[in-house]
Amino acid sequence: MADAVQTSGASAGHEGPHGHHDPNLAHHFDTMEQQFECGKLGMWLFLATEVLLFGGLFCWYAIWRSNHPEVFVYGAQKLDWKLGGINTIVLLVSSFTMAWAVGCAQRGNRQGLLLGLGITFLGGIGFMGIKSVEYTEKFSHGYYWGGSYNPTHHEEGHAADHADGEHAETADAAHAEAGAADSHGDGHAADSAHGEESVADSAGELAPQEVRPPAALAGLSAERLTELGYEPSKVLLAAEAPGGLAASAPPTSETKLSAEEVRNVHLFFSIYFCMTGLHGIHVLIGMAVIGWLFVRALRGDFGPGYFEPVDLGGLYWHLVDLIWIYLFPLFYLI
Amino acid sequence: MSTLNAPAAPAYATAVDTRNYLKASYGPVSWLLTLDHKRIGVMYLVGISVMFLLGGIFALLVRTTLLFANNAEAVDPLITAELYNRFFTLHGAIMVFIVIIPGIPAALGNFVLPIMLGAKDVAFPRVNLLSFYMWMLGTALALASLFFGAVDTGWTFYTPYSTSENSPSGMILVVTGAFILGFSSVFTGLNFIVTIHQLRRPGQTWFRLPLFLWAIYSTAVIQILATPVLGITLLLLIVEKTMKMGFFNPAYGGDPVLFQHFFWFYSHPAVYIMILPAMGVMSEIISVFSRKHIFGYRFIAWSSVAIALFGFIVWGHHMFTSGQSALMNTIFSALTFSVAVPSAIKVFNWLATMYKGSIALQTPMLYALWFIWIFGIGGLTGLFLGTLATDIHLHDTYFVVAHFHYVMAGTIFVLFGAIHYWWPKMFGRMYDERQGAIASILLFIGFNLTFLPQFVMGSQGMPRRYYSYDEVYQVYHVLSSVGSYVMAAGLLVMGYCLFTSLKRGAKAPDNPWGSNSLEWHTTSPPPLENFNGTPVADDPYDYHNLEWDPQIQGFRSKKPMVTSG
Ligand code: HEM
Ligand SMILES: [Cu+2]
Repeated sequence: MADAVQTSGASAGHEGPHGHHDPNLAHHFDTMEQQFECGKLGMWLFLATEVLLFGGLFCWYAIWRSNHPEVFVYGAQKLDWKLGGINTIVLLVSSFTMAWAVGCAQRGNRQGLLLGLGITFLGGIGFMGIKSVEYTEKFSHGYYWGGSYNPTHHEEGHAADHADGEHAETADAAHAEAGAADSHGDGHAADSAHGEESVADSAGELAPQEVRPPAALAGLSAERLTELGYEPSKVLLAAEAPGGLAASAPPTSETKLSAEEVRNVHLFFSIYFCMTGLHGIHVLIGMAVIGWLFVRALRGDFGPGYFEPVDLGGLYWHLVDLIWIYLFPLFYLI
Repeated sequence: MSTLNAPAAPAYATAVDTRNYLKASYGPVSWLLTLDHKRIGVMYLVGISVMFLLGGIFALLVRTTLLFANNAEAVDPLITAELYNRFFTLHGAIMVFIVIIPGIPAALGNFVLPIMLGAKDVAFPRVNLLSFYMWMLGTALALASLFFGAVDTGWTFYTPYSTSENSPSGMILVVTGAFILGFSSVFTGLNFIVTIHQLRRPGQTWFRLPLFLWAIYSTAVIQILATPVLGITLLLLIVEKTMKMGFFNPAYGGDPVLFQHFFWFYSHPAVYIMILPAMGVMSEIISVFSRKHIFGYRFIAWSSVAIALFGFIVWGHHMFTSGQSALMNTIFSALTFSVAVPSAIKVFNWLATMYKGSIALQTPMLYALWFIWIFGIGGLTGLFLGTLATDIHLHDTYFVVAHFHYVMAGTIFVLFGAIHYWWPKMFGRMYDERQGAIASILLFIGFNLTFLPQFVMGSQGMPRRYYSYDEVYQVYHVLSSVGSYVMAAGLLVMGYCLFTSLKRGAKAPDNPWGSNSLEWHTTSPPPLENFNGTPVADDPYDYHNLEWDPQIQGFRSKKPMVTSG
């Protein structure tokens, strides 16, 4: 090893008379293996930073979900798990074709490489296309993030019907279990008294299992609380803060909630748009990389002796895929 | 210009370009598009120095305002309260994100790291250049904010100040700038880790690396693990401000304290990004100028790694008063004390290295000695702050200001020491020892005059970031401001000393200080590809192989360290 390094080190000198062994070997490396190892390690480290970048958002999600599960359960009802599921399949397939493209590059199969990269690229287009359909759908109902969240009542009902249709069975089961089907199953905007009533009722149903009083109770009068069987002094106000103040009764994914009983739904859409948006940007970057690899493959740059860029581009694409594999269940399924 | 080790015949093979890196090509383009780590390092050094001056000017403006106690009642104040807030914000943001964090790693690390390894360059020269331009872009954006509603939140950008309706629009620029600077720092760290892993010479084991590289390596680990979290936090801040996301805004059910968690999850490790490289340089300078093998090599090496890892689990000590639960406070307090252990290990090892050494009080060593004093005070006062009971009283007072200036300026002192230490290698000229020493003494006196009084007034209750204050504190403020002027004078002398040396300084020998790490076994300045031959790694702290040669006014090695061809 040491010998090999020294001899090649001497002749690979800058502007040296012999030039490089391989035009793809940068002047400061001794061997192709060393260059390849550097690229690999560098890429893995870069991927680690990407994971940590998303990690901040996953943390935010975890903290909020554990304190305000109702926001997430309600929000998830507004997402279309079928479109999300199709997108998951699209990305999985594209990851497969990418891996296949890398294999082709290693074997020097240029045709296969081009085909693999091409299909992967199309997968990216498909994913972004479906994503934009989903976004447009959300926007049309006024499901924006944070301060821009403005669902129209008509649309609200429509969305709920839509969801009803889809989850007919699970929704029914939930109604039966909670015994609250009458008060808020229809999804139409209820007047505030009615809304309060339904909150209190469903909360009353859940109360025995709960240690902490649900956040939804926070606005009720002392009489009403006693009537419901709570000790008023134990009900905390301002339940929004994550630092340990009251969290509401954790609904299961089968509980059917309505906007009236869930506060701060816009936060669900904030985190949804931030995470999927940041992921979408990564998909676009990945597509740019694949496009660039495609052009280089057309030029015939790659072969069994030199396929490092395809390999590294593939790693990146797999990571983008992997992040979606986490996002999909977190937003759409649970 | 024969090489040090083979004076008779030129050792280099015909293939190697022996021109030094400064003379290998000319013209601005050859610099701006260079892939040479040495030139990139020098460009960083220039950029960082300019920004340091700018940050320093803001600091002087702050100190000058604080000469007077009742600023708020002044009829026609030269510096209004709004301006004052902007000045200390920009001072802090520039010094932290633009100067200290990249300071030692990006400028000096870039220059010496590959040479210390005997490599020709860092693993990814293009990424290295990209990092530099990201640094430039981030800096430009941060400065541009001056003209679009300058930021007045302090360097910590706490929500909701930073995201409320009437927070300055310059926020977006500064935060975007800091985001880009963060990624510049990530890429530098990534480059260094890969380089240290892959481009070591055969025979250069991990425990033969100069301790500076262990420090840079640990720093790079923190950069890679912590900075992306800052990145996402800053992104969230931007979308929060521009699109009202509500993450950190109580009006929308968000939580401002969560921002503090995210921010300090990065920014506490970031203080070790700032101090670790300085500790690495310390190990080099202390050993070389004591002419004695470093004491406790492995302890110093592993303590760098330990600091890097411990640094991730103490961020809560910035939030003792934020409403965190008592249990969390207690745990964070206990963990904070544990960080002090590896720091102390280093200090004791340096002292043990100096013990019975033959100490040469040249300028780099002076800075190193100042560091021990300054970091000693800075680190020990950190323990006061890590103690729950005392921190409740001291939090957000000048005591904290003094604490972090003692530690961070410790880094600046070592940065100066490192500049003097590697100056001959970088530019091939010796600076004037007397001028260098005068500057360093002025800086040391000025620094202590500025910040010791701040401990006193802080413990008496003077809050930080105040524009107007009670007259009882005025005497401390005046002392502090005078100290800052003394420091400014010291800086002028240092600038003069270094600049004039470029023209008038004596030609530097290859090894003026008698160090044994590889960068001193090539020419000063080094050739384009760093060595005219193949360097052989050895124990970097073993000085037996070196002897003083009065003819070249430098050291030469008895047994050659660079083999030909
Ligand atoms: C030796 C161990 C250290 C300990 C135990 C320590 C402890 C602390 C504590 C508890 C605080 C929070 C004080 C408060 O806000 O109430 C603090 C603030 C700070 N420390 Fe340290 N520290 C140490 C070393 C360092 C080092 C090496 C640096 C930087 C090079 C540093 C930079 C800072 C900064 C910048 C702040 C204040 C940030 C701000 O609020 O603006 N510390 N330190
Ligand atoms: Cu800290």
